[in-house]
Amino acid sequence: MMAGNGGDAHQDKARRFRDATLPHLNDAYTLARYLLHDAADAEDAVQECYLRALRYFDTFRGTEIKPWLFAILRNICRGEFARRSRVTLAMDDTTDDAEDAAPLWQEKHASPETEILRQRDAETIRRLVAELPAPFREAIVLRELNDLSYSEIADVVGVPIGTVMSRLARARSMLRKAWIAEEGLPT
Amino acid sequence: MTCAETEILLHALLDGELDAGHARDVEAHLEGCPRCGAQLRAYRGMQQAMSAAQLRYTAPMSLRRRIEMTLPSAPRRASSRRSVLKGFVMGTALSTALAASLFIAVIRTDQDQRVLADVTSAHVRSLQGDHLTDVQTSDQHTVKPWFNGKVDIAPPVVDLTAQGFTLLGGRLDYIDGKAVASIVYRRRTHVINLFVTQGTASEGHGAKLDTMQGFNIRRWSAQGLEFFAISDVNAEELQEFVDKFEAALHSAGRT
Repeated sequence: MMAGNGGDAHQDKARRFRDATLPHLNDAYTLARYLLHDAADAEDAVQECYLRALRYFDTFRGTEIKPWLFAILRNICRGEFARRSRVTLAMDDTTDDAEDAAPLWQEKHASPETEILRQRDAETIRRLVAELPAPFREAIVLRELNDLSYSEIADVVGVPIGTVMSRLARARSMLRKAWIAEEGLPT
Repeated sequence: MTCAETEILLHALLDGELDAGHARDVEAHLEGCPRCGAQLRAYRGMQQAMSAAQLRYTAPMSLRRRIEMTLPSAPRRASSRRSVLKGFVMGTALSTALAASLFIAVIRTDQDQRVLADVTSAHVRSLQGDHLTDVQTSDQHTVKPWFNGKVDIAPPVVDLTAQGFTLLGGRLDYIDGKAVASIVYRRRTHVINLFVTQGTASEGHGAKLDTMQGFNIRRWSAQGLEFFAISDVNAEELQEFVDKFEAALHSAGRT
């Protein structure tokens, strides 16, 4: 009887975990692909993420599972996979300081006042996003592709909301410049 | 408010993250400053271009399986039937009639589960590779006739773009051994498959929400048809989709 109940509780936990986390599998894989650049590494990182998430599922107390899951995934991507990856990931927050040297609002003198960006195919936009420095890339992926709120992004990345906002502003500014630069090239 | 402040805050405005007070301040500045106004429009255009492009990746089926395999196995459907049968063997006080109805209920559940499993794998299949739609258009008047002669029903196709669900097209699929119509919608970055099949006349069951492999499935029947909406959007949004679809169907006057 005892064993039966234990089994039920175990299965119940597995079912709750499955129902809570599996709908976010594509989102998690998307985040890993943009953070790691490599499809095989991304798969390994996501699998490791789900293993760890199941292990710590009892400690999850929030209401939104996605930011919690992403925080685990991001740690994995920053840790072993960043070291293993051939691409050096500039995940250091110091990138912010370097970028902040030039005030954002001065940039618009340099960039053309192109209001309407030329439509780009998904492959090109993916590449432009992938070429952004890591802190900005993850900010834009979490916001535009994964639909997280500023406070959820702040939780995942572990920075204040104000930093999230300025990184997003910076990220979009860089992306827009790259987008416009792309337009000078033949399609 | 200065241009430098607006330059940052317009992103929060774009993302719907500003409180009413700050939103008013930023909007006031944007109205009086053509340069900042142009910035907002440019970023909004970029945001729309990004959400229209398919920038997300779909997890490979192999990864989904690898993760499924590491999870403790889900309660098997067979075991639920076995436990009922064990109840009979143990000589409970159930009357024969009640036992029979229970047995039918269990079998019915198994049948339901099989249909839901079919719906789920059809949905997953549609997300793999390039076979989301057979007819790709946001025009409902193109999708509807496309199904003529391909399925033995005339599935209702409504455009819900204005309500936040973009019509992507239609596809022929198979569920429970029958050809069914799938009408494909997109909610932001999420795909919703709406499967339409001949209703089982006797049933007429009400709306029901199921979850399978992490996907939410809403099933209901109306106008002699049976509908299954499946997606990885959350249950509330899927309900919203069903409500909007039903409302559009009724206002279209049951053509």
